[in-house]
Amino acid sequence: MTRVEFISVSRQGLRDGLCRLREFTARMLIYLWRGAAFAVSLLTGRKIAPLFFKLAARNLFHDRLRLAATIAGIVFSMVLVTVQMGLFVSFRTMVTTMIDHAPADLWIMPLGTKCFEDPALLDERERFRALSVPGVAEAVPVLVSFAQWHIPSGGTTPVLLIGSDRNELGLQPWNIVDGDLYDLAIPDAIAVDRSYFERLGTSGLGDTVEIRDLKAKIRLVTQGIRSFTTTPYVFTPLDRARSYAAISPNKATYLLVRLQTGANAESVRTHLNQTLAKAEALTPDAFRSRSRSFWLFGTGAGAALFAGALLGMIVGIVIVAQTLYASTKEFSNEFATLRAIGSSSQYIYAVIIIQALMSAAIGFSVAAAIGKVVVKTTADTALPVLIPAGLMISLFLLTVAMCVVSAIAAIVHIVRTDPAVVFTR
Amino acid sequence: MSDPVVEATDVVKFLGQGAGRVRALRGVSLSLNGGELVLLMGPSGSGKTTLLSVLGCMLSPNMGSVRVCGRATAGLAPEQLAALRRDHIGFVFQSYHLFPTLTAMDNIRLALDVRGDYSRRVIERAKEALATVGLSHKTRSYPLQLSSGEQQRVAIARAIIGDAAAILADEPTAALDSENGYAVMSILANIARQGTRGVLVVTHDPRILPFADRIIHIEDGRIVRGTGNGGTSAQI
Repeated sequence: MTRVEFISVSRQGLRDGLCRLREFTARMLIYLWRGAAFAVSLLTGRKIAPLFFKLAARNLFHDRLRLAATIAGIVFSMVLVTVQMGLFVSFRTMVTTMIDHAPADLWIMPLGTKCFEDPALLDERERFRALSVPGVAEAVPVLVSFAQWHIPSGGTTPVLLIGSDRNELGLQPWNIVDGDLYDLAIPDAIAVDRSYFERLGTSGLGDTVEIRDLKAKIRLVTQGIRSFTTTPYVFTPLDRARSYAAISPNKATYLLVRLQTGANAESVRTHLNQTLAKAEALTPDAFRSRSRSFWLFGTGAGAALFAGALLGMIVGIVIVAQTLYASTKEFSNEFATLRAIGSSSQYIYAVIIIQALMSAAIGFSVAAAIGKVVVKTTADTALPVLIPAGLMISLFLLTVAMCVVSAIAAIVHIVRTDPAVVFTR
Repeated sequence: MSDPVVEATDVVKFLGQGAGRVRALRGVSLSLNGGELVLLMGPSGSGKTTLLSVLGCMLSPNMGSVRVCGRATAGLAPEQLAALRRDHIGFVFQSYHLFPTLTAMDNIRLALDVRGDYSRRVIERAKEALATVGLSHKTRSYPLQLSSGEQQRVAIARAIIGDAAAILADEPTAALDSENGYAVMSILANIARQGTRGVLVVTHDPRILPFADRIIHIEDGRIVRGTGNGGTSAQI
């Protein structure tokens, strides 16, 4: 009996919910239709612009100093949010950059590998086990290991070696600006990124350097292959990487797997995981996700970036709310008069919200311009700020939402205003 | 004279709370008809402004009833009361309550704007209303560029542009000199004389007595006397 009642209540609730959703959608469509019709009437000169736009603009621009404070608050807040989110996007992209550039169908790695830079080692036997699995066409070893780079002027600095043979399936450098990929086949050849020249104490192509007391020559220069850990990547063929890192020739960090045509990645992966002894197979997406999750949330770096963005947003909301509230309070006589002469609550909300939206539009424009400058100036640094179009649109919507939320305090103040005060003021 | 445009019957209104609660209106009944100008007079604290607020649907009575253009206000939600004010009542305030950031024309337009009327005819109607109060040449002036008398005339234009059946004016001449006070009352009397609108003026100002069709005296929240023009006893 209870069960029947529960089901009937749930169905009723569902019906009510659907009904409300239908009403809401219908109302929104009507508003949209009316808005569009009104815009057409305005453009064709049959209607005049409602005064709430003018009232909002005049209220906003009436006190220039307060407007400047509001805009400064929004700009400060949004620049902070933009930079934090830009860093987040950049960080998110950089932590998977090697995975993104490897043409593998599946990755095989030591059990418990947290991210690409986690330099645990696989035994050669795992490669043979992998090749025995139906559907695996090829399994190419890649070595990732730290090594000490001798700075010519003295001292050492760690580098992250990427050892891979020149192979269709290998992990090769990209964005080459000096030299040729074939040059990496020359004995002792290495590839480094131009942004690390100063740090590595080198002037570029042709320089001879030392890695773990072994000679190496820069034969290839790339641009934009940077590590967010600030440790430079150094590309070199697999056997030399093993020498620089003093790792035995039967070891590798990853096996990049290419599947046979028509093989199902998921079933091959399952089969690999059953076959491999101390290794596991992941799809590139799963490996990306694991790397991001480790760097962004496992280390707290992502949380710190989010916390910064959240703090920026809170500062923005408080500043905009405070100035909107002060402006509304200053014009509370006018709002009470509007109410007295019969304006609906929506009309008054429209004035306040348009004020908030105008502040948002001005503040966002300035913040976006500053964001562009930040993107340009950090483009060649170890951690560039990236603001793709999607992020820009999201930040604009966030600014609008922030300003509208800020208007709530002002709206609450107006809702509590008694229109009869117009007789006593 | 036509049917009542605003009618109050046995209205009781309490103001304040707890120990500070006072009975501001104690069973007030009155009606305002179309085509008449009624003065509501009484000493300070007698309940004039409270009565005006109740008649103007800004305060709801605790007891008794108010009807505006035949519609009872009892039980109406704040938004419905706002709609009633918008459609049937025009207000003229002692301190004008014009929007300092809008021109005279826009201040007048506002009364139609809050009704959602954005047709081009609104501009013509605003010009006509300004002409009615003798300020055709001040369309682009801001309130601070107008004299007190002119500001009050703009406020009257705002009250009449929507064809409100009742104009409720709170001390419209209190801040004006004799000349401007006379001009403002002449305009209000003309509006009443047109026959469709009733004008109720709360005042202390004895200079405007000659404009009244009826005078209602209120004391301690009660109507004590109603007189016709010339001092004869009249219907309240």
